[in-house]
Amino acid sequence: MKRTIQFALLSSTMLAGAATAQTTLTIESWRNDDLQIWQQTIIPAFEAAHPDIKVVFSPSAPAEYNAVLNSKLDAGSAGDLITCRPFDASLELFNKGSLADLTDLPAMANFSDVAKSAWQTDDGSATFCVPMASVIHGFIYNKTAFEELGLTPPKTVDEFYSVLDAIKADGNYIPMAMGTADQWEAATMAYQNIGPTYWKGEEGRRALIAGEQKLTEEGWVEPFRQLARWKDYLGDGFEAQTYPDSQNLFTLGRAAIYPAGSWEIGVFTPQIDGAFEMGAFAPPVAAEGDTCYISDHTDIALGLNAASPNAEAARTFLEWTGSPEFATLYANALPGFFSLNSTPVEMTDPLAQDFVSWRSSCEPTIRSTYQILSRGTPNLENETWNASANVIRGTETPEAAAERLQSGLASWYEPQK
Amino acid sequence: MSIARNQGTLTRSIAAHAALLTWTVIALFPVFVIVINSVKSRRVIFADPLALPTAETFDLVGYQTVLAQGDFLLYFTNSMIVTMASLFFVLLFGAMAAFALSEYRFRGNLLMGLYLALGIMIPIRLGTVAILQMMVATGLVNTRTALVLVYTAQGLPLAIFILSEFMRNVSSDLKNAGRIDGLSEYTIFFRLVLPLVRPAMATVAVFTLIPIWNDLWFPLILAPGESVKTITLGSQVFIGQFVTNWNAVLAALSLAIVPVLVLYLIFSRHLIRGITAGAVK
Amino acid sequence: MAAGRPVRWHIAVFLAPAVLVYTTIMIIPLFGTLNLSLFTFDAAGQRVFAGLANFRTLFGDPRWSDAFWNALGNNAWFFLVHMLVQNPIGIALAALLSSPRLRMAAFYRTAIFIPTILSFVIVGFVWKLILSPIWGIAPDMLDAVGLKALFAPWLGKEEYALTTLALISVWQFVGIPMMLIYAAMLSIPDEVIEAAEMDGVTAWSQFWKIKLPLILPSIGIISILTFVGNFNAFDLIYVSQGALAGPNFATDILGTFLYRTFFGFQLQLGDPHMGATIATAMFGIILVGVSVYLFAIQTRLRRYQF
Repeated sequence: MKRTIQFALLSSTMLAGAATAQTTLTIESWRNDDLQIWQQTIIPAFEAAHPDIKVVFSPSAPAEYNAVLNSKLDAGSAGDLITCRPFDASLELFNKGSLADLTDLPAMANFSDVAKSAWQTDDGSATFCVPMASVIHGFIYNKTAFEELGLTPPKTVDEFYSVLDAIKADGNYIPMAMGTADQWEAATMAYQNIGPTYWKGEEGRRALIAGEQKLTEEGWVEPFRQLARWKDYLGDGFEAQTYPDSQNLFTLGRAAIYPAGSWEIGVFTPQIDGAFEMGAFAPPVAAEGDTCYISDHTDIALGLNAASPNAEAARTFLEWTGSPEFATLYANALPGFFSLNSTPVEMTDPLAQDFVSWRSSCEPTIRSTYQILSRGTPNLENETWNASANVIRGTETPEAAAERLQSGLASWYEPQK
Repeated sequence: MSIARNQGTLTRSIAAHAALLTWTVIALFPVFVIVINSVKSRRVIFADPLALPTAETFDLVGYQTVLAQGDFLLYFTNSMIVTMASLFFVLLFGAMAAFALSEYRFRGNLLMGLYLALGIMIPIRLGTVAILQMMVATGLVNTRTALVLVYTAQGLPLAIFILSEFMRNVSSDLKNAGRIDGLSEYTIFFRLVLPLVRPAMATVAVFTLIPIWNDLWFPLILAPGESVKTITLGSQVFIGQFVTNWNAVLAALSLAIVPVLVLYLIFSRHLIRGITAGAVK
Repeated sequence: MAAGRPVRWHIAVFLAPAVLVYTTIMIIPLFGTLNLSLFTFDAAGQRVFAGLANFRTLFGDPRWSDAFWNALGNNAWFFLVHMLVQNPIGIALAALLSSPRLRMAAFYRTAIFIPTILSFVIVGFVWKLILSPIWGIAPDMLDAVGLKALFAPWLGKEEYALTTLALISVWQFVGIPMMLIYAAMLSIPDEVIEAAEMDGVTAWSQFWKIKLPLILPSIGIISILTFVGNFNAFDLIYVSQGALAGPNFATDILGTFLYRTFFGFQLQLGDPHMGATIATAMFGIILVGVSVYLFAIQTRLRRYQF
């Protein structure tokens, strides 16, 4: 009874501003970068086809999103549509009953099992968010600088370091733009970027979850050894260099290589504004001809607030989110966010095409720490941030870092005990 | 006065000015950095952050980006209403409670004082979920009233703590004279005591005002709606949105500094008047 | 109290509004949260009473207690820097400002207080910009005076980061002790100072022998406000170093530790029970500090007051 009153009050507040017969849907999201694109491209396209539904995109800053969303869900004031983080953060919301079951949504047929895996229960019986996009890791480089120095993008690890040595010897560019101040860059853009090559992508990731491999094994320690070598190629004072610092160093043409996530494409292109040309290369392999592995990480999806008073309209929107029309719109408005829809999407951005082409030449995997392994305390993902930053700064050896992560994981995860 | 003494005073006053001026420069330098860079073109911000803008490097693109996207005047009005209303209630309720605690001996006085001071010791942020539930149940989500209620509660403990310290020092002769003249306790409080603690009220006003104006958390949770957004939340959205576009970030920061600066300058005159009024003996 | 004295309704009227608002909006929600420290989720996800088990985990399990003691130690250092740097500077500035016949006192007072009114978002951003090894305002300035070698990426080094942040916080908040002490100094009766001048007491010993003892109660209030403020601090560290309080948790204080645990961070899910346990521990620490002040220090200081 109390809840009904709450919802009645809540919906009345939300409807207050809207026109009479319209339903207003509010989307909770952490993508405040995309506010304009939602307001100017995506929402108008939907509203044109559904004049009876009005959509409001209401993002909060990424760092606060989880805390803000959970508080609002607990109190019953969250929006109708919830942007879903992959794996456990959303699974927890589903288990608590905050996210509705969307298994029976017709649009789910447009997605492969792999695409849906990040937003399913462990046994795969229920799916609770409509997959929107994945992001791919790799390296973006300054093509103009490479041509000037007579360098070609490296394919193997040895070539990678000789390219870095050449840039360093020349002295005009910082070889690689990355810092450890924000920590997550070290884990996401470095460890999870080059790591799959050493732990053999899905094979290693699944073996770790099954308890057949340990983080102290070669495939998991070697990426840390690589990171320890990166230190010499980063800019002065990289310890205090933040993520925006790294982005600016690269877009201002001061650094030659940027360890990247594909989402940077949309950020970099307008900032560079034609001052130089960009290219991309995949994480290097040990020897020419080896299988390459890339992190093609399922990153973002859209779910339904189980307490939404506008569930019907929200389902209409979700159905549209799962359509090829949305996929084309989204992937082109936000180059670097790659559609998870089974229907192939035409993309116009050449750099985005480069990234997505690795899907056919390399073995894709997702970030190793995201599924199941970050459920306990200590949290493996957060520990990996800390360990990767420590290893790059040289304050912890690769072996010690791996040892620490393994003992932390083994302290709560049964298969690893 | 002897010449030697005059010279000593002169040296002293030069030293005092030198020390104060040094700290003033330290205090204002970062604000200066933000403001000058907000009107420079992107490359110059990074190439020479300390240079003053010249005709060539002058660029208002950051302000154009920011103003094109948010209704800063509306945000400012919201912040103003919320801050002023909260401040009024904190000062009124706080002074009343402080008077009761410092003036009257009654059973449970000490206990009540401790109870009212508990709030200084726990960050109110911890009660977020329960507060939000309460606001949802009463339909106050996305209203300025919700923020005023929270900020009033948040400001009261410190206000009572400081004001009761000051009120203990108000001479009791005056109050007793009032009582003999047959004034009611309410008249004594409003007519005799309140004017005397004006410096303390000004101090409390400044301490209460700053965290309210700069708070990001409760606007984000309780009132994120466009029509009730505060200026701090409004500018934070820009900082998140243009994290690499430093023109826009610096412009948003400058726009966030200006109103609170103006507000402070207005208040600071009252603050000074309040303090000096209290110092007249 | 004499029996038969009429009920003094005005006391209730004076107290009622504050007590009412404060209790409903603050105390009930807060204690609802602290109460969670006695509960936990069982295997089926139901909330069950756990007694003091959460506290045993916090202090007994090295995975929790190491983080807790690290945060407490950092917090103590953060507080110490404020006591040793912020408050003496604040008192010195107030003493200079209150010297009679000082021109431009109003200007200085207004300008020095300006950092205090800035939001943490602005403070975090601008100091990161100034101290940045890349865009280099600080390195350039040190270079100009030939001290380039002294520069280090302070915010990124485990040994400097916390002290650097504490000093930034001092820069921001020095206006508060300055204002309070300034008000206290103005309220010292002129006759006292005049009498001292007649006796030929120098300004220096006037400060130490006369003014300082008279402003001790204000220093007491400032110390306790600094203590409470520092042990509840969160925002500055959060906006400049993130919720993981890097490098390697060197800047982790109780506030950031609590935030991470209570609300969760990134893939780490929020744990309201352990979060509430940490909050209760913080509450305990602050309560002890405030009680020490109220019962031991404040009563002693009162004797010097006129």
